[in-house]
Amino acid sequence: MKARVFVTLKSGVLDPQGKAIHHALEGLGFSGVNDVRAGKLIELDLADGTSETDIEDMCRKLLANTVIENFRIERLEDA
Amino acid sequence: MKSAVIVFPGSNCDRDVAVALEQVTGRKPEMVWHKESDLPAGTDFIALPGGFSYGDYLRSGAMAARSPIMRAVKDAAGRGVPLIGICNGFQVLTETGLLPGALMRNAGLSFVCRPVSLRVESSQSLFTAQYDSGETVVFPVAHHDGNYQADDATLDRLEGQGRVAFRYLDEVNGSARRIAGILNDAGNVLGLMPHPERVVEPAHGGTDGRRLFEGLLETVS
Repeated sequence: MKARVFVTLKSGVLDPQGKAIHHALEGLGFSGVNDVRAGKLIELDLADGTSETDIEDMCRKLLANTVIENFRIERLEDA
Repeated sequence: MKSAVIVFPGSNCDRDVAVALEQVTGRKPEMVWHKESDLPAGTDFIALPGGFSYGDYLRSGAMAARSPIMRAVKDAAGRGVPLIGICNGFQVLTETGLLPGALMRNAGLSFVCRPVSLRVESSQSLFTAQYDSGETVVFPVAHHDGNYQADDATLDRLEGQGRVAFRYLDEVNGSARRIAGILNDAGNVLGLMPHPERVVEPAHGGTDGRRLFEGLLETVS
């Protein structure tokens, strides 16, 4: 079983990297980009039957720093 | 004073802290590898050094904060043993939850490496007892992720309880309220981005950091 964990900065948390990407996009002539936020995608290959609670536990204990980050879990059952 | 310096893979200021501690206390600290599960018996001061533990993988300090020795470090801090986290050590302390907030990428995105002026906000702590409140000191900084952030309620609480130990005089890395170092609730844990251990003897170009270790020696022993 595979799962993807998306880790993103909480809204309101300053994202200097997102800002730099935004500026670079503008520098390349892409207009109309209102905002950029950068995050992480973590792919997990898990034993079948790993529960949602277990994955959430992994996120809270390590994968995300919940002081500044949110996480979202996407299970890919058949992958 | 029986001090312990925790060594993680990628620590690079562990020897600097050890030299500073030995010079000031006259006793070599124990170097404790991160895979140990216990601190040496009688440890009465712990230092988490600067560096790039685990190559800053995932988040600065994130992996180190979950290494085996940190359980013993947390227990010791809970018993009131003084604990300092310098630079990467500060990042480890926020990742373990021993200190609130988080250290994010510098607002200017650049690695900042230079001496900076700091205000000692209060002399009422284990670590700042030998400084005057409001005194300006110069410590070097060398970091990429030193941008201290916390929510307003946390920042207000830190300010209200006198837990902001050091503040940058000028803008350095985008830190909220120019915070450079904070204390825990009980006052026995200090995390700071600047490096006091790099200014302990005249050959370093300054000795402003020396009194931090001298103050500890006086309180602890």
